[in-house]
Amino acid sequence: MISKHFLGLLCAAAICVLPADHAFAQEKTVKVGAVFPLSGGSASAGVHAKAAIEVAMDIINNAHPEFGNFPLAKSAGFAGLGGAKVEAVFADNQGSPATGQNQTLRLITEEKVVAITGAYQSGVTLTASAIAEKYGIPFVNGESVAANLTERGFKWFFRVTPVAADFARIFFEFLADMKAAGAKTDNVAIVHDTTEYGTSVASVIASVFKERGQTIALDIAYTSNATDVQSQVLQLKEKKPDVVIMIAYTSDAILYQKTMQSLDYKPPMIIADDSGYSDPSFIKAVGKISQGAFNRSSWSVGPPGSPTALIAEMYKKKSGDDLDDTAARAMQAFFVLCEAIDRAGSTEPAKIQAALKATDLKPDQLMMGYKGVKFDEKGQNMLAAGLIIQLQDGENYVAVWPKASAGKAPVLPYKGW
Amino acid sequence: MRPNLIGRVAIEKNHGTMSSILVQVIVGGLLLGAVYALFSSGLTLVWGMMNIVNFAHGDFVMLGMYVAFVVWTLFGAGPWAGAPIAALVLATLGVVVYFGLIRDIMKGPMLAQILGTFGLALLLRYSVFWWFGANFLSLPENLVGGTFDIVGLRIQASRLLAGVVALLVTLGLHLLLTRTSLGSKMLAVAEDSTAAQLMGIRPDTMQAIAWAIAAGATGLAGALIATFFYIVPTVGETLGIVAFVTVSLGGFGSVPGALVAGLLIGVIESLSAYLIGAVYKDMVVYSLFLGFLWFRPQGLMGKM
Repeated sequence: MISKHFLGLLCAAAICVLPADHAFAQEKTVKVGAVFPLSGGSASAGVHAKAAIEVAMDIINNAHPEFGNFPLAKSAGFAGLGGAKVEAVFADNQGSPATGQNQTLRLITEEKVVAITGAYQSGVTLTASAIAEKYGIPFVNGESVAANLTERGFKWFFRVTPVAADFARIFFEFLADMKAAGAKTDNVAIVHDTTEYGTSVASVIASVFKERGQTIALDIAYTSNATDVQSQVLQLKEKKPDVVIMIAYTSDAILYQKTMQSLDYKPPMIIADDSGYSDPSFIKAVGKISQGAFNRSSWSVGPPGSPTALIAEMYKKKSGDDLDDTAARAMQAFFVLCEAIDRAGSTEPAKIQAALKATDLKPDQLMMGYKGVKFDEKGQNMLAAGLIIQLQDGENYVAVWPKASAGKAPVLPYKGW
Repeated sequence: MRPNLIGRVAIEKNHGTMSSILVQVIVGGLLLGAVYALFSSGLTLVWGMMNIVNFAHGDFVMLGMYVAFVVWTLFGAGPWAGAPIAALVLATLGVVVYFGLIRDIMKGPMLAQILGTFGLALLLRYSVFWWFGANFLSLPENLVGGTFDIVGLRIQASRLLAGVVALLVTLGLHLLLTRTSLGSKMLAVAEDSTAAQLMGIRPDTMQAIAWAIAAGATGLAGALIATFFYIVPTVGETLGIVAFVTVSLGGFGSVPGALVAGLLIGVIESLSAYLIGAVYKDMVVYSLFLGFLWFRPQGLMGKM
């Protein structure tokens, strides 16, 4: 009993000592807030983003000469701040806009972070960044795609990721290239669920295609978590579109691929909009009957020895999973923020903001397949881009377009099984 | 004249594929409906006859799917082994659930029954979640003979097998209830448990047998559905609602009713999804369902 009490006292003493120690170290560390859904329905995305940022911290804080030109890797810590280390302070937003707001407030007022990154879901990023704006703290987002985030006239909000309209343009340009190479691409069908994600992405794709003079020939909407999709597949089979764009969460994506196989329907080309088709369990479940499916991504592992391959390796060691597009985009945002802090040579928020505005990163300084990072006056990365990947062997996606970042040439038509 | 003729031929040909696709839609709907009937037959027993709303029904289906998956990963065996094993495992679970939970909550108010089985559903779902994780699983596509063509129609062997088993299970349950003394005893308990007890029937035993049969049939259904559907801990939510609709349309306690209702719902869903649009299929099914119950609240084959 007595020893238990003693142990308790010891713990209490340790807790008292910790912050003091922390304060001592503060001169040499730069605190950056990271708000992600670490619990709740999107916990898997948040936990993966956290692991990715921890890998980024390793790269920044330790000397990694093998990364070559990659910013912040060569030397240990921030060169611009006399070798100071970066410390990400993680906070759990539970996938809730209100919690995201509270946690951001806590990070700013109590943890005294100099900048913030996060917060995965667009709805949470919306509220969290509003707090940062109010307190004049830079907020750099890497993975929320809702258009309105950069339409609020904010001065402290910066977004590195491409948005739905960018992806739609990528699809269009890719199809134009495929057409030039002799594929038929005039007749495009969109299959999407009726969730916020499914409807908004489908309508953005339709309007981007329309601006460029191509109408969507067939629009098939369905309710998410379907028990059966035979009729939808038969509709496609009857209308014979040249290209089918799939916007589906994992459950429906698996069911569509299984049903296409059982009804012996192979569209000449399938392009998936990330989500379900990127889920590692999708590939395990139906990858073998989805060979040749295209997908969008801004992340590709790249040739062995390249910075991206090194990152992929470090991430796999850390989390046990392969680095996915979403976590990679979060990681890229963290690098962009840290590069700005380094260049600012200061932890003063206003100076970091000025450095972010002046950001001009080239493709070889990035881990993602963007054409660069340069923010417009709204804070959106003007050079955000994506690439098209293909599930050629049914086990791994490889980059196939654009040519500059392609590991292999796109294979047509869709092979299926 | 010539181009016109070609045009007509093209139209007729197009018309030909159109109607053959329509037949395919209907056949697909029938096969889907048979599956609906298959996983509803267990529910119609406990809900229709024992008067217990089993909210864990969908999760029983889910467990059957996981049993089939485990049997396949451990022994490489298809549904020939997986389905009977799933039926056995689930039948055992049914008896355990009856004696451990149902027997007691039946003495309580209706709310206790609802919350009790709902709690059971969550327990089962998150136990599986904890053990297998949240990932989607799938059995190989050609575990049951792949897909074949009959006069231009694509028939998936795994769905056909599920359909045939649905017919057999329905027939079996129907014969059991109407032609055997066990069935008569079960019906007697369902009708008036006290009177049945006075006639020398043990209500507890009969109820336990009913739960074993119902859960066993549900496990069998899950194992067969697993051959063409994905497997995930929350799949019971997706499938459970359809079972409730099928049973109430078919008529409470009527096993053949559930079969007819399942087939009807399957065909209506497929046709409306094809002709009107997949988003509207639930609207069509449920408005027809409500309209039908307005005129015939006891369902297709239920007794008032």
